[in-house]
Amino acid sequence: MRAKMKRDLTGLAGAVALYAVAFGLMEIDLIGAFWQLNIVLICINIILAVSLNLITGFTGQFSIGHAGFMAVGAYLSAVMTVKLGLPFAVAILAGAIGAAILGFAIGLPTLRLQGDYLAIATLGLGEIIRITILNIPYVGGASGLMGIPRYTTFTWAFFAMVLTVFFIKNFINSSHGRACISIRENEIAAEAMGVDTTKYKVLAFTIGAAFAGVAGGLFSHYFYIAHPASFTFMKSFDILTMVVLGGMGSITGSITSAILLTFISAALSSYPEWRMVIYSLLLIVLMIYRPQGLFGNKELSLKAFGRLGGGGQRGTAQNR
Amino acid sequence: MALLKIAKLTKEFGGLKAVSNFNMEINRGELIGLIGPNGAGKTTAFNLITGVYEPTSGQMDFDGKSLIGLKPYQVTQRGIARTFQNIRLFADLSVLDNVKIAYHFHVKYGVAESVLRMGRYYPEEDEIEAKALECLKMFKLDDRRDEIARNLPYGEQRRLEIARALAAQPQLLLLDEPAAGMNPQETHELMEMIRWIRDELKLTILLIEHDMSLVMGVCERIYVLDYGSIIAEGTPAEIRSNPQVIEAYLGEEVN
Repeated sequence: MRAKMKRDLTGLAGAVALYAVAFGLMEIDLIGAFWQLNIVLICINIILAVSLNLITGFTGQFSIGHAGFMAVGAYLSAVMTVKLGLPFAVAILAGAIGAAILGFAIGLPTLRLQGDYLAIATLGLGEIIRITILNIPYVGGASGLMGIPRYTTFTWAFFAMVLTVFFIKNFINSSHGRACISIRENEIAAEAMGVDTTKYKVLAFTIGAAFAGVAGGLFSHYFYIAHPASFTFMKSFDILTMVVLGGMGSITGSITSAILLTFISAALSSYPEWRMVIYSLLLIVLMIYRPQGLFGNKELSLKAFGRLGGGGQRGTAQNR
Repeated sequence: MALLKIAKLTKEFGGLKAVSNFNMEINRGELIGLIGPNGAGKTTAFNLITGVYEPTSGQMDFDGKSLIGLKPYQVTQRGIARTFQNIRLFADLSVLDNVKIAYHFHVKYGVAESVLRMGRYYPEEDEIEAKALECLKMFKLDDRRDEIARNLPYGEQRRLEIARALAAQPQLLLLDEPAAGMNPQETHELMEMIRWIRDELKLTILLIEHDMSLVMGVCERIYVLDYGSIIAEGTPAEIRSNPQVIEAYLGEEVN
C-alpha cells in the first residue's frame, strides 16, 4: 500500500476514534452543554482557519474578508431550510456553492491587487457583503434571520471539519497545490514556470470561500439565528489571528490555534472585555518571538514528535 | 526554418526606447549569445520574448507561431523557459519541490482527482517525482533534494534554477547572466554544463552574459546590443574584431 494512502487512512481512523471518544463523553454528560457548544465552535473555527490558510498561508493572498463568505453561507443555508424547507445537507451545499460563486466573482477582479491593497479591498468587500445583507428585509435585515432550526450537531460539525481538512490537505499536496504555493513563494518565477497565476489565485480564493460558506451554514444552524453582527470584520480578524498564530502555510498550525483560541475565548467568557486584550497581547508576543507563527510552514506529525529530541529538521513536510 | 524569429521588435517606456528595431533569428540547436554594455536592453529583450512586457511594435514568431500578446505562463507552455539575472527560486521550498513545480503544466489530473487521490493522481505524481529526481541527478543536486532552496550555496542555486527551467521541458532555453557572481572555476564548469545540456537535450539556447570568456568560448553566434539596437552579429571571432563593438564597449578612439 502507498505510504500516502496509509497516512490518510491512519489520519481518518484517528479522527473517527477522536469522534467516538468525544461523542461518548458527551453522551454520559462528562462534557457539559457549555463545553459541547465550544467543541462545535472549535470545529467551525477549524474549518474557517484552514480554509483561510489556503488563501492567505498557502497561496499568499492576504484576505481579511473571510467573515463575508461565512455570512453568505450562513444566510443562504438558513433561507434554504427556513424559507424553502429543504434538507440541511442541501442547505449547507447551497451555502458553500453560493459563497464559492461570490468568491469567484470577487476574486477575479481583486486578485490583481497585491499585499496591502488586496487586504484593504477584501476588508471592504467583507463589509459590503454584510451591509448588503443588513439591508435585505427578506432575511430579517438588522434584526437577523430568526427561527433557524438547530440542525448542526457535534457529528455534523466534526465531519464537516474532517472533510475540510482532508480536502485542503490533499489539494495542497497535489500539483495544483504546489502551483498555489509557488505563487506565494515567487509570483514572477511561478509565471515563468508555466503556472497560470491568476487561475490558481482565483481557484484558491473560491475553494476557501466555499468552506467559509460551509462554516457559516453550520454556525447559523447551531445558534438558531443568522445576525449581521456576527460577521463583522472583527470576525475576519479572529480567523486571521488563528491562521497567523498557527503559522501561515501549516494546516496543523491552524487547527492547533483554532482550538487554543476558542478555548481561551471560552475560558474568558465571563470577562469579555479582556478577551481582545489577551488576543492582542498574544499576537504581540508572537510577533516578537515567533513571527512565523507557532509552526511556521511545517506540519505537525507523529514523525516530527519523534524528531523533536534530535533538534528538529528543516523541511516542508507537506506529505501528511 | 528559424525556431525563433524576431523582427523590428520595439519597446518604449514613455519617451525611452529601451529596445528598438531588434532583429534576431535563431535556428534549432544553436547556442547564441546576447551581449552588450550595461543598460543596453538585454534583459528587456528577454522580458519581451517571455511575455513579461508587451512590445510596442514588431513581430516575434516561435516555431512558426506568433508570441505577441501571450502571458509569461503561456510562453513557457509554448516551450520557452528562462532563468533570471537575480535568482528567483521558490526560496522556502525544498529543492525537489522547486523542480516539481516546473512539471505542473504537463499535469493532466484535475482538482477533484487530487482531492480524492484517485484516478490519475498517483501515477502522475509518481511520474513527476521520478522525472524531477532524474533532472536533479543530471545537475548533481539529487543528494540535496530535501534541502530548502535558500540554504543552498550560490553556485548550486544557479544550477537549481537552470535545472528547474529545463524541467519545464522547453525547446528554447533563455539564460540571463548564468555566470553572474561565479568565480572562474565555477564559470568554467558552467560553460561545460551549458554545452552538455545543448548536446544532450538537443536544446536551443540563448544566453545573456557579461563574462566574455564564457560567451566567446561557448556561443556559436553572438548578437551585440547597444542602446536598444543590434549593432553587430556574427561568430565570436567576427565580433571580437568588429570596430563598432569595440567602440560600444571601450569608446571611440581619440584623434
